[in-house]
Amino acid sequence: MAIFKKPILRPRIGKTREMPEGLWTKCPSCGEVIHNLALSENLHVCPKCSHHFTLGSRERIASLVDPDTFEEIDAPLDSVDVLGFKAVSTYTDRLASYKKKTGLIDAIVTGTGKISGHSLGIGVMDFHFLAATLGSVVGEKVTRVIELATERRMPVVLVCASGGARMYEGVLSLMQLAKTSGALARHAQAKLPYIAVLTNPTTAGVMASYASLGDIIIAEPKSMIGFAGPRVIRETTHQTLPSDFQTAEFLEKHGLIDLIVHRAKMRSTLGDLLGYFSTK
Amino acid sequence: MNIQPLEFEQPILELEQKLNDLKRRLSERNIDLTSEVGQMQKKIEATRREIYTNLTAWQRVQIARHTARPFFLDYIQQAFTDFVELKGDRLFGDDASMPCGLARIGGIRCAVIGQQKGRDVKENLLRNFGSPHPEGYRKALRVMRIAEKFGFPVVTLIDTPGAYPGVGAEERHIAEAIAVNIREMMVLRTPVVAVVIGEGGSGGALGIGVADRVLMLENAYYSVISPEGCAAILWKHRKHAPEAAEALKLDAAGLLEMGLIDGIVPEPLGGAHRDPTVAAANLQTAVLAALRDILEIPVEKLLAQRYDKFRKMGVFQE
Ligand SMILES: [Zn+2]
Repeated sequence: MAIFKKPILRPRIGKTREMPEGLWTKCPSCGEVIHNLALSENLHVCPKCSHHFTLGSRERIASLVDPDTFEEIDAPLDSVDVLGFKAVSTYTDRLASYKKKTGLIDAIVTGTGKISGHSLGIGVMDFHFLAATLGSVVGEKVTRVIELATERRMPVVLVCASGGARMYEGVLSLMQLAKTSGALARHAQAKLPYIAVLTNPTTAGVMASYASLGDIIIAEPKSMIGFAGPRVIRETTHQTLPSDFQTAEFLEKHGLIDLIVHRAKMRSTLGDLLGYFSTK
Repeated sequence: MNIQPLEFEQPILELEQKLNDLKRRLSERNIDLTSEVGQMQKKIEATRREIYTNLTAWQRVQIARHTARPFFLDYIQQAFTDFVELKGDRLFGDDASMPCGLARIGGIRCAVIGQQKGRDVKENLLRNFGSPHPEGYRKALRVMRIAEKFGFPVVTLIDTPGAYPGVGAEERHIAEAIAVNIREMMVLRTPVVAVVIGEGGSGGALGIGVADRVLMLENAYYSVISPEGCAAILWKHRKHAPEAAEALKLDAAGLLEMGLIDGIVPEPLGGAHRDPTVAAANLQTAVLAALRDILEIPVEKLLAQRYDKFRKMGVFQE
């Protein structure tokens, strides 16, 4: 990437290197300074070390679904502060601030579309919105897109990312595990394929439901994937954790996922797999 | 059993000490204090009732975690008969934190599954504090399949702080073990009754908690995260666990009101540990009533009702 000139960065004493705001991003993995436009054109993957940055749901859909085929469903579904939850801040405030920050209504975009010509139901979680926690809205949208796919005899692809269940909704959020898994059970009984794509990070409640239930499970490289948080595990077991613990590579080694696929190859991989399952 | 009193039970404890003093004086001086003793006993009873009818969510969490509280195998002894334990997941190992087996309740044969805690260090070493590994969930599903095959109902008794957070558990895919159980229980072709008897710790509880009837003991709790864990994240400190417990609405009455459980099993005054025999009898009555409710429903209808029940859970606006 020589199109953009890198800014000259001089280390200052007692300070970390300063970054010109809004234009450049420093890769947390290799330190490369990348122009945001270049990063965006490269699907938010570091051109030097292939570090996969968090990708927003809209960009993800654009990167996976055939042009002009995506039709969003259930877009207006909006969260409700059903428990009147008030901690350091309130759920209502959190929702409002994330809506403003991301331009999203909640942590998932769902709809129908085509990948390599194969019609499917697709859901893409967005980590930018409240760490893509699983609440009533995410659970309902996931369930509806699966039910729609079952009805229309289509495969389902869910691109997962999540910090876990949405605590602000209490047990209601936990019950989304049952609701979504039930919809997948019926989809499976109809002999329809479901592919789960796990991105950085996919954890806890989402892992204990639809993220782990794919006929095929694909992960992006180096994604953090697991059930319990590493801090909790360290505190409970007083063990030193393996250096690759809960990475996509660790899961592959232990036989827990099918494939690790680079973001640039995800669309063609999904297309190939859907081709195998297609009855057409 | 010498029952360790909880902090909020202090007023009862003080009155009980006064009563004991009174009784000692009575025997020492040979004076008639019968009416005073009677009054004191009434006062203790009233105080206990006062405290136990106004429990906070955090107090219930403490009762639910009381080590003297009846555990799964205590109920197996008192509310069930003919228990035969079935061990192992046929893949990796057995999980003593989640005993499974066949039993009868009120003469009805069933598969029983539950989490078991220990009362001392030695027991807890064996039972892993009631925190199952993947093997527990896979064994549970294996036993559910037996029930499905032979047409027995399944009864699960939930009492876990959560599935075990450990390296081995992750390596053997605890998340998948729970996810598969949840999915398969949604379509298991036999009636299922689940009762939260103590702690309903998140996914670790739901992994054996998808049922046609979900009941909770009066002082049990069911939560998406431990109050301490929630406090650490949303209040930045574990000391706010009481507020977190309140905010999470994790008590039986709150969950029944939201339609997330189907019924509450009453406990003896002062908690199940004050009278385990009554607690077990109440549990048996409630499980039998739930079973009678669902045993005769044709399986397709039962599955449709089960699906619809969980399908409706969620609050949002459109
Ligand atoms: Zn890099």
